[in-house]
Amino acid sequence: MPDSILIEPVMEAPLHPTDRARLRAENLRVAYGPKEVLKGVSLDIPANQVTAIIGPSGCGKSTFLKCFNRIHELSGPAKVTGRIELDGRDLMAMREVELRRRVGMVFQKPNPFPKSIYDNVAFGPRLFGVRGRSDLDGAVEDGLRKAALWDEVKDRLADSAQGLSGGQQQRLCIARALAVQPEVLLMDEPCSALDPIATARIEELLFDLKRELTIVIVTHNMQQAARASDRTAFLWLGELVEEGPTETIFTNPGKPMTEDYITGRFG
Amino acid sequence: MNRHYDEDLKHLREGLTAMAGQVEWMLDLTLRSLLERRDDLADRVSALDASVDEQELKLDKSCIDLLALGAPVARDLRLVASALKIIPEIERIGDHCCNIARRAKLLNPQPLVLPAEAMERLGRDTRDMVRQAVDAFVRGDAALARAVIAADDQVDTLYMDIYRDLLRRMLGDPLCIERASHLILVAKNWERIADQATNIAEEVLFILEGRNVKHPHLQDPP
Repeated sequence: MPDSILIEPVMEAPLHPTDRARLRAENLRVAYGPKEVLKGVSLDIPANQVTAIIGPSGCGKSTFLKCFNRIHELSGPAKVTGRIELDGRDLMAMREVELRRRVGMVFQKPNPFPKSIYDNVAFGPRLFGVRGRSDLDGAVEDGLRKAALWDEVKDRLADSAQGLSGGQQQRLCIARALAVQPEVLLMDEPCSALDPIATARIEELLFDLKRELTIVIVTHNMQQAARASDRTAFLWLGELVEEGPTETIFTNPGKPMTEDYITGRFG
Repeated sequence: MNRHYDEDLKHLREGLTAMAGQVEWMLDLTLRSLLERRDDLADRVSALDASVDEQELKLDKSCIDLLALGAPVARDLRLVASALKIIPEIERIGDHCCNIARRAKLLNPQPLVLPAEAMERLGRDTRDMVRQAVDAFVRGDAALARAVIAADDQVDTLYMDIYRDLLRRMLGDPLCIERASHLILVAKNWERIADQATNIAEEVLFILEGRNVKHPHLQDPP
């Protein structure tokens, strides 16, 4: 368990009358040994919106994302200070099992288990104690439907997941994450290995899923951030440079550094 | 950033400036053709218009190519989006110049209806608005763009004064109705050119500040 210094949360005005901060980072610092990866990032992630985290390689955006379900703890001994909240609760004090059920994650490269399509999606529900066949069937169908994959695989659920295309495998991973009914979905460059058609399907999916979920997506693809997100946050060298509504960031950013980055004139 | 993309943006700026420069020249010639009563200058205005139309087509294509291939964002996006609106404004100014020049040729051999000073002031003020709007674009000068927008009311007033004066003259002397009617349309063309300079200045402010200043009564306060 990393060190954690709790900082009293600051009461802030809501982002918008309808926006609830589902996730909140307050002065978040993360260091691996002498290297400080995040240097005091504070950011509210509103509920039922897609928030894109952008920034150059090594700026800390993946570390920032991983903090929200504490996957960063698997990357080695990290010193974490500041506060991370899920619905106002200290996320660092939550049980890992509860946290990772509520906050799912999808990674850059599709990583289906070497099992059947059905068993991939049923994995989470089984882990959380779902045993009845009909309950499992329901959870699998629900996850696959939400991931817009059901119609493509419903007749071959027993087939190996490894036989699916890259785009289908990524949607299977999304279905696997959705099968335990999380409230938040973290996505770390989920389309970087996909072709434009598969990418478009994932982006459409984000639009549908945000009705029920809060989504945070890390992406290097500026056009994807512009197309698929409601809010965008720009990180640079472990610091938050600017965040705001995506249309503002991509038409009239407030900071010259943001403008330079999104127009590709950085450095 | 792709070097070609930056070059394309630069060419768009330069092309737009060149097109505007040509229209500024047309405005000068138009005004002189009226004031000096010279048909040869009116003919030169008409001859220049084809080139302005060609430039419009080229610049339109440049904008579409930049949008499709460069996927511009932020200030670059504002430049391309506004260029797509500024280009037809400049082209229309060219058309108005041709309209005025055509009527100048009809009026030049005939007796004056109106003292030359009135139309001269309307033409000069309007031409200056276009010059300043183009300068604001070239220099990135928001204050100058605002000055152009503010100047439009004065041109509207000049136009209305000329309109009323000409109506009065037509009522007093039915023989001047045809000439005065042409002059009313000439004045209307100048007034429209001033509106177009205002539109260009509004786009310049959007490029520079990212804020749409059109229809202020419909805008949220900044």
